[in-house]
Formats: sequence, structure tokens, C-alpha cells
Amino acid sequence: MTTYILRRILLSIPVLFGILFATFTLGRLIPGDPCRAILGEKATDAVCNEFIHRHGLDKPILVQFGYYVNEIAHGDFGRSFRFSKPVTELLIERLPITVELSFAALIVSLVVGVPLGILSAVKHNTWVDVITMLWANTGVSMPVFWLGLMLAYIFALALKDTPFQLPPSGRLSPGLITVPFYEIWNLELTPGTTTFTVLNFFSRMNILNGLLSTDFKLVKDAAIHLILPALALATIPMALIARMARSAMLEVLGQDYIRTARAKGLTQRVVVLKHAFRNALLPLVTVIGLSLGSLLGGAVLTETVFNLSGVGRILYEAITARDYGIVQAFTVVIAVFFVVLNLLVDISYAYLDPRIRLN
Amino acid sequence: MSQDIQTTVKLNVEGLSLNSASLWNITRRRLFRRKSAIVGMVILAILVFIALTAQWLAPYDPVKSMLDVKDYAGRAQKRLPPCIHAFGCPEEQTQHILGLDGNIRDEFSRLLYGARLSLLIGLSTVSFAIVIGTVLGALSGYFGGWVDNTVMRVMDVLLAFPSLLLAIAIVTVLGPGLQNALLAIGIVSIPAYARVVRASVLSVREMEFVSATRALGGDTMQILFRRILPNALTPLIVQGTLGIATAILDAAALSFLGLGAQPPTPEWGAMLGAERNQVFTAPHLVFFPGIAIALTVLSFNLLGDGLRDALDPRLAHLS
Repeated sequence: MTTYILRRILLSIPVLFGILFATFTLGRLIPGDPCRAILGEKATDAVCNEFIHRHGLDKPILVQFGYYVNEIAHGDFGRSFRFSKPVTELLIERLPITVELSFAALIVSLVVGVPLGILSAVKHNTWVDVITMLWANTGVSMPVFWLGLMLAYIFALALKDTPFQLPPSGRLSPGLITVPFYEIWNLELTPGTTTFTVLNFFSRMNILNGLLSTDFKLVKDAAIHLILPALALATIPMALIARMARSAMLEVLGQDYIRTARAKGLTQRVVVLKHAFRNALLPLVTVIGLSLGSLLGGAVLTETVFNLSGVGRILYEAITARDYGIVQAFTVVIAVFFVVLNLLVDISYAYLDPRIRLN
Repeated sequence: MSQDIQTTVKLNVEGLSLNSASLWNITRRRLFRRKSAIVGMVILAILVFIALTAQWLAPYDPVKSMLDVKDYAGRAQKRLPPCIHAFGCPEEQTQHILGLDGNIRDEFSRLLYGARLSLLIGLSTVSFAIVIGTVLGALSGYFGGWVDNTVMRVMDVLLAFPSLLLAIAIVTVLGPGLQNALLAIGIVSIPAYARVVRASVLSVREMEFVSATRALGGDTMQILFRRILPNALTPLIVQGTLGIATAILDAAALSFLGLGAQPPTPEWGAMLGAERNQVFTAPHLVFFPGIAIALTVLSFNLLGDGLRDALDPRLAHLS
């Protein structure tokens, strides 16, 4: 198992290096002059030359790449020209919002998708199956941004003044202030230390922060604001997961050992959940891994629709403003995140299926 | 037990008789047996019809404002809600089945022209990706070694990015616009096809009919394109049909963000993006383009799923 994990990690190093090279190249290929995009059209040549020299933009491209890799290896993602602060700081501010949203969406899609898929397989060719699959096919076909807008319309306007009314944008109701949980715990922390950074990162996830500081009003408010974006983002993965769970279960349920289990007199519940579901897990894990990509991509759209200032939103804003630093850093972080998640998926395969680790 | 043997024998006989029909006949027969695939084909047929006849079906010009239309009887009003005479809309008002948009254009006409654009987007990006992906995958699978390693590592890097994000990044470099958006989506979808083709090539490369062609003096090109690649056709068709669905969704997303089709092009994603802040005041301008995108994507998804089942030899006994 350890050898397998090690080999798998080694194999992803070239891919990580490729990601760095790709984002670096993309960042440098962006047309337009970074100096005038940041300092404005009226910047004089002298000012621009100084700017270019200060940011090392006059060095040969390979030297620039070398600098870049070296900086990233030291956890330094450079400065954002536009916000004029380190990109790492921006990441710590914005990433928790996207992580919270994607995590909520993943939970929703698993909690709804897996049971629906199993139900659909067990009730194969009945109306339950037909309706579930109809819904799943529609689910994968809907544009995320449209679904988000429609949910906002239904729950914020059509259901206004009913108990089902939900806020269409933002993360908290106006007037609600969050206090980081470590301040409530009276922890003495110095800004800039790793502990502070890590705790600061987690305290920016409102629900987690509310739970840790036992402020349930905050938890409720944050959760209410998260429902619509999470639902919109969850729909496609939910449908993919339901479809895959169904086909994997159908394949397993048709096998001989299931017939044997039934012949032994085991209850339907035990046969389905203990005997069949375990073997249907493998293809399911693949789909979950693939869904993560659509979650991260969909986050850009969902954050735009619901006015959430997460990574996706800032990435889009940075692109329109030609803020190289942010574009590169955020693309790298998201891609690395994606590679690591896929690595975990692969490792969980080996855990679930001994044939893989022995190969 | 004897029952079992009988069924097996019967199935085998049926399998034999099936083999005598051509692959396309079998596929067509199996495809028409699936209700969902038929639904997909019907929606698609309607869309193709609309796309081909948009200029006759559309009551108004898709890009011209009502203010510029000669003899326009109705009072032109921004974001006018749908007005259908048969449903009680006053006769003195001009009929606009889906209302008017923010630039006082007929939404219904724009939607019809949008079908043309969406189908073109899907077909062109996927054709581009299939051609490049097939060449890369075939070279990679056939020659192996460093060619294979280089190509597949590049594909791995492309796959390491969530596809929409990579497309956004590429459009940034190329500059916003429909053509660049299509190119970006095309590039992002290459790895899927390269992998499919490479896998098919690997599976037949060492087979006897390939060696036979080589022994008969066939050159590399002939072996690759006449003998090996036809085997990759069925998975490519399935992947391509499903790929069109994804391409249309991604293109709509890019246009929604303002990176794809630019105004006044009647592209569904762009139409939705332009009016997204009006969702509470003019929901029809958000609702209808979204439905159009969803229906188009759904039709390709249903057809792709149907094709996958119909072309899968392991499911042959079901037909």
C-alpha cells in the first residue's frame, strides 16, 4: 500500500511541474502591457521601465520561470498588482469561501445522489427509476448559472414572505458581524505565524467558525445563505453520481453472489447495502473524483450569480483586469488542489480494491 | 439446468444472425428501441429544423431594435413581458410570444437564431477536438515510446485543470470573442478524444489483421488509417455526441461571463448574461434562453447515452 501511494505521488510531480509551466506561459502570453493595465494608460515610459524592472519582467522568459518556481516553492505567490497586497493573503481571504461552497455542494450531491441511484437500481424499470433518471438527465443538462438565477427568482421573489424565502446573494445578513473563533477562545496569536494563518483560514468559513465559537445564530444565518448556491452547484454532480450509482448497482445486483446472498435468506436491506453497495463503490469514487472538477469550474459561475467573493469570482475579475499575479496563483492553486484530490481518489481505489495495489 | 443451456444456445444463434447484419443496421435498430434516445432525436430534429429555417420562422430581425422596424405598430417598450393574443394579450399591442429584451428586440426571434449558433458551436468545437485528438492519440498509441510519453503527459496536464477554468484562462490569452471561446473549448476537449483513440489503437495494434496488412506491404499510413482507426470509430461517436453537450454548456458559460459571443450576437448564454441582473424584474429574459440551452444539451446527452448502449457489443444480447 505504501509503495503504491509513494509511486502515485511521484507520478504526479511531472504533472504539477507541467501545471506550473502552463500557467506561467499562459500568464505571459496575455496580450497587453501589464504596466499600463495596472498603472493606467497615462503612465510614462520611464515609470513603466522602472515598474518592469522592479517586477523582473525584463529578464529572459526561462529565468522568469525559474524565479517563479522558486518563489512558489517558498509559498510566495507574488503580489497582486491591483489589490497591492500579497496573493497569499488574498488566497487566505477568498479560498475558504469557495471551499465552503464546494464542500456543501459535494455533501448535498452525495447525500441526495447516492440513495437516489441505489433506489433507482433496486426499483429497476419501475416509475421510481424512470422519474429519477429523467431528473438526472435533466440535471446534467442544465446550465449552472441559469439554475442559480432561477433558484434565486423562485426562493427570493416567488416565495417571498413564506417560510421558504431564502436570500439570493451574499454570505450573511447585513449587520451580522463574525468574530474569529480563536478570539472567542482567547488564544494569544501573533499575525504572520503559520498557526495564525491556518486558524485564520478556517475561521473564514462562516459555518465552521459559528460552530467552533458556538454562535448558532451565525451558523443558521450562514447556512441559509449557503443553501441556494450549494443547490445550484450540486445539481450536475448530484445527477452524475445518481446515474453512476444506478449503473454500478445494476451491474453488481445481477451477479451470482447476490443471488447466493438472497438464497441464504438475507434481507433486502443487508443484500443491497452490505453485499452490493460495497462493490458498487469503485466506479462511484471515480465519478466523485470527476465531479470535483465540475464543482471547481462551476464555482466560478455560482459565485458570479450569487455575488460571493470566492476564488472563482476573483479569478474572473483578475482576468478582466490582467492581474497576472492572481490569475497565475489562483489557477495553480486550483489545479494543484484538483491534482491532490484526484490523487486521494486514486489512493482510495487502492484501499477499496486490493487488485489495484497488487498490480 | 437444461432450460439454461437452451437459452444459451438460443442466444448464441441470435448472436450469429445479428452478426450478419451491418453494424449500422443493428445500431439503428437498437437505438430506436430506446425511448430516451428517441426523445433526444426528436428534440434534436426540431432544433435542426429551427436552425435551418430560422430566417423564415423568426417574425423579426434578431439584432435590429424594434425602434428601427418600419411600420412597427405596437408601442416599443424595454423588456416587455410576453404578449400572446390567443392568451388574452390586448389586440392593439403587437404580439411578441416571448416578449422584448433590454434592447427592444424580439426575444423569440433571437432564440430561434440562437439554435443555429448553438448547434454550430457544438459541432465545430467537437470536430476540431476530434481531428486533433485522433491524430495525437493515434500517433501516441501506434508509435509508443517517447512519442506516447510526451503526448500523454501534455494531455495529463490539460486534464489537471478543471475544464471550464482552463477554457477561461485560454480565452483570456486569446482575447474574448466567440471564435476564441470555441478554440479554447476545442483545446480543452482534446485529451478526452486522444485518450479514447489511443486506447483503441493499443487494443488492436498487435492483432493479426494488422500484422497481415504489414506483411502484405501496407505502409504505416494505410495501417493506421485503414486498419486501426476504424476500430476507434464507435467510442469516438459516443464521446463526440456527449462532447457536443458539454461544449454547448461551456460555450454558454463563457458567453454568460462575457468572454464568448459578444453583443448583439443572439447567443443564448450571452443573452442570459446580458439580462441576469433583471431576473427579478424581467424573468422571461433569463428563463427562455436557459430552457433552450438545457433542451439542446439534453437532446445530445440522451442521444449519446442511447448510442453508447446501442454500440456496446456487451449489451448485444439485450436486443
